[in-house]
Amino acid sequence: MGEYPPVGDIHWWSVGGPVYGPTVDQDSRGTARIDPRARIDRHKKNDPDSRAESDTGADCSAQAAQTGQNVQTGRAASTEGTVRSERAEAPGGALIRARGLVKRFGDFTAVDGIDVEVAPGESFGFLGPNGAGKSSTMRMIACVSPPSEGELTILGRDPRRDGPAIRARLGVVPQRDTLDEELTVRENIFTYGRYFGLPRALLRERTEELLEFTHLTERGDDKVEPLSGGMKRRLTIARSLINEPEILLLDEPTTGLDPQARHVLWDRLFRLKRQGVTLVLTTHYMDEAEQLCDRLVVMDGGRIVAEGSPQALIETWSTREVLELRYSVDDHTTLVPGLEGLADRIEALPDRILMYTDDGDAAAAAMLARDPAPVSFLVRRSTLEDVFLRLTGRTLVD
Amino acid sequence: MSGTTQNTVPHAHVGRAAAPRHRPKDARPGTGWMRALEYWLLNYRRTWMSSVVSAFLAPLLYLGAMGFGLGTMVQDRAGGIPYAQFVAPALLTALAMQTGISESTFTVMAAVKWQRQYHAMLATPLTVIDVLLGHLAFTTLRIAMAVVAFLGTGALLGAFTHWQVLVAVPVAVLCGVAHATPTMAYAVRQEGGNGFNLLFRFVVTPMFLFAGTFFPVDQLPAAMRPLAWVTPLWHATEVCRDLALGVFDPLVQLAHVAYLLPWAVIGLWLSVRSYTRRLAV
Repeated sequence: MGEYPPVGDIHWWSVGGPVYGPTVDQDSRGTARIDPRARIDRHKKNDPDSRAESDTGADCSAQAAQTGQNVQTGRAASTEGTVRSERAEAPGGALIRARGLVKRFGDFTAVDGIDVEVAPGESFGFLGPNGAGKSSTMRMIACVSPPSEGELTILGRDPRRDGPAIRARLGVVPQRDTLDEELTVRENIFTYGRYFGLPRALLRERTEELLEFTHLTERGDDKVEPLSGGMKRRLTIARSLINEPEILLLDEPTTGLDPQARHVLWDRLFRLKRQGVTLVLTTHYMDEAEQLCDRLVVMDGGRIVAEGSPQALIETWSTREVLELRYSVDDHTTLVPGLEGLADRIEALPDRILMYTDDGDAAAAAMLARDPAPVSFLVRRSTLEDVFLRLTGRTLVD
Repeated sequence: MSGTTQNTVPHAHVGRAAAPRHRPKDARPGTGWMRALEYWLLNYRRTWMSSVVSAFLAPLLYLGAMGFGLGTMVQDRAGGIPYAQFVAPALLTALAMQTGISESTFTVMAAVKWQRQYHAMLATPLTVIDVLLGHLAFTTLRIAMAVVAFLGTGALLGAFTHWQVLVAVPVAVLCGVAHATPTMAYAVRQEGGNGFNLLFRFVVTPMFLFAGTFFPVDQLPAAMRPLAWVTPLWHATEVCRDLALGVFDPLVQLAHVAYLLPWAVIGLWLSVRSYTRRLAV
């Protein structure tokens, strides 16, 4: 099998060296290791400069220049002959581009004309309540569900025509696991890799690497069925990486997992992100979105209602701080008349009052001085959850 | 958790800077079904023992009870040949039918709803047609195994005495496929097992009993005979019985075989439609 480059033959790069700032060492196998000392925590999304830079793809050109590759094609070329010309990725370098994308099921419109663009190396999130159209969108991007209307381009290609070729370059973590519970952990990864037509020897090697990456080596020969939810999820992620995907699609990756399992998963996803894999995920966990997403859209009723980085969304749609007040009344909504003008926005829930303000402490002091005084209060920073609830409402969606 | 944790996927593809070490060059069109078949073979490894045992047990039970047990009472009416030799080729085609249908019912629905193997396959370069053909190829292999096992055991028991019965092998396999493809089209649309109960109760069992397996269709009331004649099972049984008794009548036999083909082909066409409607939405 001489045509397959040996492992580690093509060296790889830390994505966004200029943006994230890690230094890359290469070990003896040509394996890049990111120096943790140089790590800049990109979760802190308060740095507009770095964001602007990454959004414009400056890191892309910088890196392409570094590797001496062609910037004009919008993506770095690769070893000769392995990739056909994929010039179409050029416009803005977007890996995923949707214009007026619609998905209908009979009379029901699940996705109602959305525009989305995802750049290489980006972590992009679809946020929204159940039924917002997130999964339908993901299934269209995964090239398993044909769009009803609109334009969709993945990796520069049209999923209606080139579905298999696109899917060969995607990794998919579906909402519901599609693992074969009767097979072993290893067999699951191996057999999935065979679907991609990858040679057996290569698969055996990659399977071991992926087991180690997802902390599953010791369970490699166990059947999947008795594994915990977190382990199954990690296995699904391991499996989705078998073809070295350029884009990893994660549909609610951590739903139903305990906090420990979620954090382990986030850690793995974060590492993938740092290695340059483009992540596209859906979630209805705000903390997950803040952890993982550079940029996200909030969906509701099949439409995109807001878009931006988590920080930008908070700035746009909420205030810096929130004051939560509880009074000794049965229904807090009755207290609202009389509070107008005391904050940028006031929201009364049956059990508490939320005051959106840039200075929570000052607002708290003012409220404590009033009669009646609150029984208890809490000043906190605005979170994505405030944005989310403001945009998609507090009504239960079932 | 492992002691030494690997924190990088050594091969993780870095979007802009490097190509993956390996692009699936084997992913050329037209071979996908083989990769789906490979899964079903791997999957089969965990149940092959029991299926092989039952493949050899079925002829012992059926031929023992019907051919050699019941047969002692109907010896004179089977046209001068031992009843076991009369019934054995029909049991062969009936077994092919049953294997074809039963391999295409719950397995197909489970691959959509419960184990969801189809969904896993469709997230990869495999297409709906690959998924369908891979599964059908596996079902065909299972039918062929059952047919060969039945033939071998039946021959050892003396129920098959003419070499021409070897020609019946592909005919019986085709009979199984002709029943499998329409069943797949039906099964992929099911939400639960009720549809399969109906299928077995009102289609499979009556066909098995009345489409010429145990007695010639001529024995049926005249009004019921056309019902038997339209079943693919009857045509397959006619051919295989003749062959098993050493009768070559190419024109008639080819006509019977030709009747099986549309069942297989139209069934396949319906399956493509049903699979697409169910899986690519």
